[in-house]
Amino acid sequence: MEIPRDLAIERRQRSGAQFSEPVERRGDWNEGSLTNVARSAWDQQQLSVLIDGNEKTVACGLGWFSIGLGLAEVLAPRTLERVLGIKHHGFLLRVMGLREIASGVGILTGRRPSGWLWARAGGDVIDIAALGMALNSDTAKPANIGLACAAVAGITVLDIRCAQELSRNNDAALSARTIEVRNSIQINCSPAAVYKFWRNFQNLPRFMGNIESVDTLSDNRSHWCVRGPAGKRIEWDAEITEEEENRLIAWHSLTGAQVENYGSVRFETAPGGRGTYVKVHLQYSPPAGIVGARVAKLFGREPQQQIHEDLHHLKQIMETGEIITTKGQPAGRARGTSWKYDQAVRRQVNSRSEYQTSAA
Amino acid sequence: MKANCWYGKKDVQVVDVSEPEILNNRDAVIKITSTAICGSDLHLYNGFVPTMEKGDILGHEFMGEVVEVGSEVHNLKAGDRVVASFPISCGKCFFCQRELFSLCENSNPNAWMAQKLFGHSPAGIYGYTHMLGGFAGGQAEYARVPFADVGTVKIPDGLSDEQVLFLSDIFPTGYMAAENCNIQPGDTIAVWGCGPVAQFAMKSAYLLGAERVIGIDRFPYRLLIAREKVGAEVLNYEECDVYDSLMEMTGGLGPDACIDAVGMEAHVPGVIGAYDRVKQSLMLESDRPHAFRQAIMACRKGGTVSVPGVYGGFDDKIPLGSLMNKGLTVKTGQTHVQRYFAPLLERIQNDDIDPSFVITHRLSLEEAPRGYEMFLNKDDDCLKVVLKP
Repeated sequence: MEIPRDLAIERRQRSGAQFSEPVERRGDWNEGSLTNVARSAWDQQQLSVLIDGNEKTVACGLGWFSIGLGLAEVLAPRTLERVLGIKHHGFLLRVMGLREIASGVGILTGRRPSGWLWARAGGDVIDIAALGMALNSDTAKPANIGLACAAVAGITVLDIRCAQELSRNNDAALSARTIEVRNSIQINCSPAAVYKFWRNFQNLPRFMGNIESVDTLSDNRSHWCVRGPAGKRIEWDAEITEEEENRLIAWHSLTGAQVENYGSVRFETAPGGRGTYVKVHLQYSPPAGIVGARVAKLFGREPQQQIHEDLHHLKQIMETGEIITTKGQPAGRARGTSWKYDQAVRRQVNSRSEYQTSAA
Repeated sequence: MKANCWYGKKDVQVVDVSEPEILNNRDAVIKITSTAICGSDLHLYNGFVPTMEKGDILGHEFMGEVVEVGSEVHNLKAGDRVVASFPISCGKCFFCQRELFSLCENSNPNAWMAQKLFGHSPAGIYGYTHMLGGFAGGQAEYARVPFADVGTVKIPDGLSDEQVLFLSDIFPTGYMAAENCNIQPGDTIAVWGCGPVAQFAMKSAYLLGAERVIGIDRFPYRLLIAREKVGAEVLNYEECDVYDSLMEMTGGLGPDACIDAVGMEAHVPGVIGAYDRVKQSLMLESDRPHAFRQAIMACRKGGTVSVPGVYGGFDDKIPLGSLMNKGLTVKTGQTHVQRYFAPLLERIQNDDIDPSFVITHRLSLEEAPRGYEMFLNKDDDCLKVVLKP
């Protein structure tokens, strides 16, 4: 609340010498009137009520407002100039309009609108500064500029509050949400063959990039070890909860697991001699806090693509006996594998070497 | 060993690299005796295909002698003379088992990348972008051939390299293009382009029973080869209106099938050409699909448009209205080379065709950069460059 006002005043005071003469003019533009407008229109209390639980809606509104204002600035800079009583700033207005449109589009389409809202808040400050400067102009219409400043100040408060709320939610979402992934793939062999391969959990690291090892503890129980960022391991014990030979395996983590999780895989006979449809369903519920955030990062970025690649590797093993690689081939550069493009190859090579050591 | 590597737009260099090794159990390593520059390599040379990386070894048309095989390759041994197919195919998946080898599911380690662009990934291809696998290519002294048990054909004694080298790509590619036309006795086939693939498409159209074949290009020497060596009628599109001429030649019916052997870098005079060029350079359009547009417009109602030309992305102003209302069939795809190994080798052995007729230049591997430049600029009447390591 205080931030925009102070900045505007500070701005005004800094360049005060230049626009301090016409006292009458300053009367329209005094501190009191600005604060009053801002205070009465955008009371802190009201704001909280407005924003609580509605951050997304408010953000959406702000996004459209941004685009609207931006379009006005880009398409009708002359009209705006007239209203504010300034001259020859059409280009500046257009640039500011483009910035408004960019942040509006960002808020409406971005996966994380909070960043764009912070950008908007920053832009608001620039706007107020520019409006302050505009008062220098001989032809300036202080009443209109003051009104514009007040409006911008209000919007700024809304931007900041909304960005704060959304930022908080982002952090919470990253560590507390349940990650759920479903994917399926066709494999050119019988359900029995894929079932048999999968049921031997020690095979999982051969095609699942994140899994370092699965050790069988008893017929039903196993110990899972997942590779985390920065070499940290996440481990848990799991138990088979449901099993139908050649058709279904379902498991879940036992109590006390760092990461609660559930998984199931179905092996369905595909029609017309197409072999097997393998359908996987995985759920991870990372706890709050640092471990949770790490797990979320591990599975959360593109979990769908990760599991899709894992299943593609399973398909390669079942159909051709191995996973094709380009790691170690020659090239006219330091490494054969491209560190720009061959991400899948790198991941799969990691899990393959793990398998080879565990198989040895 | 020496290898011809890609370093950017119009920048290929022959450099020293390590020798390839067996990386998978079904690999073979071959010592290359002959390799060629393909028209589709020019798309890479011109920088129109994304996901190339500096230092990628180019080349997907090559043959040579097996020097080493992986533990799971049982039908090859050191010393065998083989031609490799440009698509890499496992032989075991849904598609390979239906002989759709270029659609193999298991040979592209970067399938996810192609899947994002195309919806599904085709097979991996040697030296042809990381999106299609990032495999080291065959413009080198040695090459690794994955799934070598499926991806090679053994060459019997008595046939020269130049007779069989093009089994790797352009002969089967031209042949499949003609086969896709479902040629009936009496048919007229029009072929856009008179490059090497087009020459094989025209020749194959005759082999498959076409009555008339019409080749369309703008380079007199290419039209001459089409006329003299293939026996086609020819049109120079810079000297005539292609649609009008084709209608004139077919009594207004149009060719029964049209083959677009040009692909993404069509040259068109006039406004449309400028439109495509501007859009392509601004990355607003990935290809310049004018041959395809023309082929659709000219094709006989109920006919077939066959597309061996390479396209990469999303294109504009395709006459879908014509395609639909004229009841056309479009057939296309990377070539299922392995499917054609045996029948086309037989054609060569029977003297039905000698594929070496397209070769105009024989260079050493070290001269590869000059070969690219020459092929691109059509210098010295260049039609096909063969490199000898």
